[in-house]
Order: sequence, then structure tokens, then C-alpha cells
Amino acid sequence: MTPVPQTTPVLELSDASLRYRGSGAPVVRDVSLAVESGRSLALVGESGAGKTTLLRLLLGLARPTSGTVRFDGDVLSLRDREQMRRFRRSVQCVFQDPYSSLDPRRRVGGIVAEPLRSLGLDTRRTAEPKVAEALERVGLPADAAERYPHEFSGGQRQRIAIARATVCHPRVLLADEPVSALDVTTRIKVVDLLAELKQERGLTLVMVSHDLSVVASLCERTAVLERGVVVEHGDTAQVLGDPAHPYTRRLIDSVPRLPA
Amino acid sequence: MTLLDIRGLTIRTTDGHTLVDDLSLTIAGGERRGLIGESGSGKSLTTLAVLGLLPDGMTATGSIELAGTQIVGAREKHLTRVRGTDAAIVFQEPLTALDPLMRVGRQIAEPLARRRGLKGAELQRAVARALEQVRLPEPDRIARAFPHEISGGQRQRVALAMALACEPKLLIADEPTTALDVSVQADMLDLIDTLVRERDMAVLFVSHDLAVVARVTDRVLVMKDGRAVEEGDVREIVRRPREEYTAALVASARRLESALDTRRAR
Repeated sequence: MTPVPQTTPVLELSDASLRYRGSGAPVVRDVSLAVESGRSLALVGESGAGKTTLLRLLLGLARPTSGTVRFDGDVLSLRDREQMRRFRRSVQCVFQDPYSSLDPRRRVGGIVAEPLRSLGLDTRRTAEPKVAEALERVGLPADAAERYPHEFSGGQRQRIAIARATVCHPRVLLADEPVSALDVTTRIKVVDLLAELKQERGLTLVMVSHDLSVVASLCERTAVLERGVVVEHGDTAQVLGDPAHPYTRRLIDSVPRLPA
Repeated sequence: MTLLDIRGLTIRTTDGHTLVDDLSLTIAGGERRGLIGESGSGKSLTTLAVLGLLPDGMTATGSIELAGTQIVGAREKHLTRVRGTDAAIVFQEPLTALDPLMRVGRQIAEPLARRRGLKGAELQRAVARALEQVRLPEPDRIARAFPHEISGGQRQRVALAMALACEPKLLIADEPTTALDVSVQADMLDLIDTLVRERDMAVLFVSHDLAVVARVTDRVLVMKDGRAVEEGDVREIVRRPREEYTAALVASARRLESALDTRRAR
């Protein structure tokens, strides 16, 4: 038996539930999950399973109606400005639709510099080389900073969103279906980029996806959600290779396969 | 017998951009054909052109013969006669394809009343039959529901029921499962496959996803930037793609799939 590592998870949900006011059943119920550094986590499930809600809880965009969300061992408190500053610097996010997540009226340079400016890390001038570096890392040309989002394709826009999310060197990147709006050939390239960021920058991903193959290529851990409840949780190889829950099995069997 | 004969189809915008360039494609009665391409390849425009549904500001040239009717340049009156009976279409997004203010039953009744002249109890029976044939549970409840009251998968079944209501010779399906969850997608593909085989109906199935297309069609045409890249048996194309672009598509799909398999093999 290997000893249980004593490190504090970066993010941790304990018995977290969220119920919207006036609605009957909770959207997520008694979820306990830990995001450990270097062990990327996938949240898998179908529409309405509560994947995005979990991500919102982890991002501090929603508060659990019961249970807690912890960041570096401390309960996440939106009122604690000092903690929020550390939190926003450590945890960034990328959304599904690259067409609606970028401000159409700002140049890409300004968009990517946004986290640096709002966290008070840099001025416009000192942000510039960091923005250039972030754009280069995601494989965009240097002159991209001067252009507007509409001048870019969907895949390129998702790269811009990734550059924005990684410019302040966060430890964790939360990604909500980051590649599902993209074409297959583009999808592969963005998956490769995320894998590279994991490898080279030690970034830990928390990824919401309905696409099991994307999950399999990027995440060490997988949690399967069905109607707000985690039905199965463990190493990706274990969960996808030897699913214990019938719902997981059904998800895996439903993936359309290329003819042999 | 040729059901759909597209020859040299070119679609241009009024400001001179060519969106589909010299495309030719024939589908025989009962044939199951796939159209594969990524965004911007012109696959959806091609399907719209077949029904004479191109948006304003786009013109088609060349020839599209559907069950003996020339579609390119045809007047609206002739097109109305063709739509629904010679060819019908299921779109990607069922929520926008259905009228949000009309109960589902009435939406299905509309083509039945207009094309087949059904009325009263007979019409109601036909609506129930249409819903049953797409394997919807409790057809009476669904018929009384508004589109927002049923799930995405159920809405797409309703859209399919509408398309099949007048027993078209050709079913055009444009990414019909892309907006659906995987398990719902699997059921929907099964359903389309069975219904089409039962009726010996021809299908033009459009998707960006090779594995999905392979599930319901025999031959595929690969498109890129408005042009045909390669055509052939779907299994053959996956096994031995001739063109570089097709090879890239197959390789991408394979790589994602293999990630799933290596995880499972351990």
C-alpha cells in the first residue's frame, strides 16, 4: 500500500449541495471532490447532470446551500478580499463558447492582459511582454494582440481564451467544455495545447466535458455525475476501463465508433 | 433510379464569394449517403439548396434535380409541392426548428392537413401514429406539450416525426444528433437507421463526425471549403483515405478514440 499523500488539495468540495430558491430537488447533492495539484479532474455527465454548477461552485460564482468549498484548505469566502485575490490568481477558467466569452470591442491584447490588470499585478506597459509570451505559448502570431476577436476562427478564439486564463500563471485551470464547439481537427490541436500546458507549466485541469475521449486524453481522475450526484469517482483508467456504475457503462457504450 | 441529381452546384453570395464550388452528387432511391465536412465546408448550404431554402443574398447555379423537379431557379409554388413529400429535412437544433408558441401536436398536424388533406379524428390519429413511430412514449401527452416542456431528445424526435409525416422519398438530416447527449444520440441514430430501412427511404446525412455518419450511411462525400474532396464507401474511406484532408480528419478522430481505448485497456 502506498501512503496517503498529506498534501492539501487546491480545491475541495465537501458534501456540497446547491438548491435554487423555489425549486424542489437540489441541482447538485452532497458532492465531495478534491482537486489535487498535478491530478487533473474531469467532470463527466449528460445535460442537466450538474457539471457546470459544480464548476461554478469551484469558481466561487455560486455558493453551496449546504456543505463547503475550500481553497488551499480554507473555506472559500467571497468577502475575504485577500483570499479572493490569491484565489483568482491561482484558479482561472475557460468557457465553452469562444464566440461569447471574449469582449468583441476590445483588442486581443487588452483581453489577455485583463487578469494581470485587474489583479493589480501589472500596468499596461509591464503587461505587454507577458501578453506576448502568453499568445506565443498558445501558438498565436505576435500581431494577434492588435486585432479583434472577430478576426479569428473558433479554434483561435479558444486559444485566446486559454492565453487569457494562463497569463497570470494559475495553478488550476477550470474549463467548461473547452473543445466541444470546435471541429475535430481543431479540437485535437486544442487538446494538444492543454496537454502541453499541463506538462510544461504543471497546470492542473478541472474539465467539464460530455466527450469521454477528450477526458481520457487529458485527465488523470474522472468523476461521473448523474442528476446532481457523483455516481462514480476515481482514476480515469479505472472509471473508463472498468466502470462500476451502469450509468458510466451506458455513457461509454454510447460513444459512436469509427468502423473497424 | 436516381432520386437526387446534383450537377455542378455553385452557391455564391451577392458580393461574389463562392461558398459551394462545382459540387456534384447523385443519390438513388433508398440510398444512404453521408456528407462530411467541418464548419464552413458548405455541407449545410448544399442541403438547403436541395430544398430551395437558401437564405437571401445567396444564389445557386448548376442543376439540382429532385425526383424529376429542377430546384435551381424554380418558383416557390413548385418548391412547396416538393418539400415534405419528395424530400424533408431535420435540422441540428430542434428548439429553433419548432415553433415555441404552438403545441407539438399541431405542428405535426400542419403538414398532414396540408399535404394529405386529413381532418378531424383522422388527423388526430395520424398525429398520434407519427409520434408513435418515432418511439415517443405517451404520444398524447407529447402532442399537447409545448416544445419547451419536453426534453431535447424528445424535441428532435418530434422534428423527425414532422419530417417523416408526409413519407418523403429522401430524408435530409443536418447534424441531427450534434446537440444531443451521447446516450440520446445513440438512440436517435438507431431510430433513424431503423425507420429509414423499414421504409426504404433515401437519406442524406450531414455531419462533421465520421463515426456518426458511418453509423447510418454506406457511402460518403467529404467536403472542404465548398468543394468535394473525396467520395467512396465509408469503411473504405476510414481505412484508406486517398486525400490528405480526409486522412487528417480520420487521424484526428482516431487519436481521440484511441485515448479512450488506451484508458480502457489498462
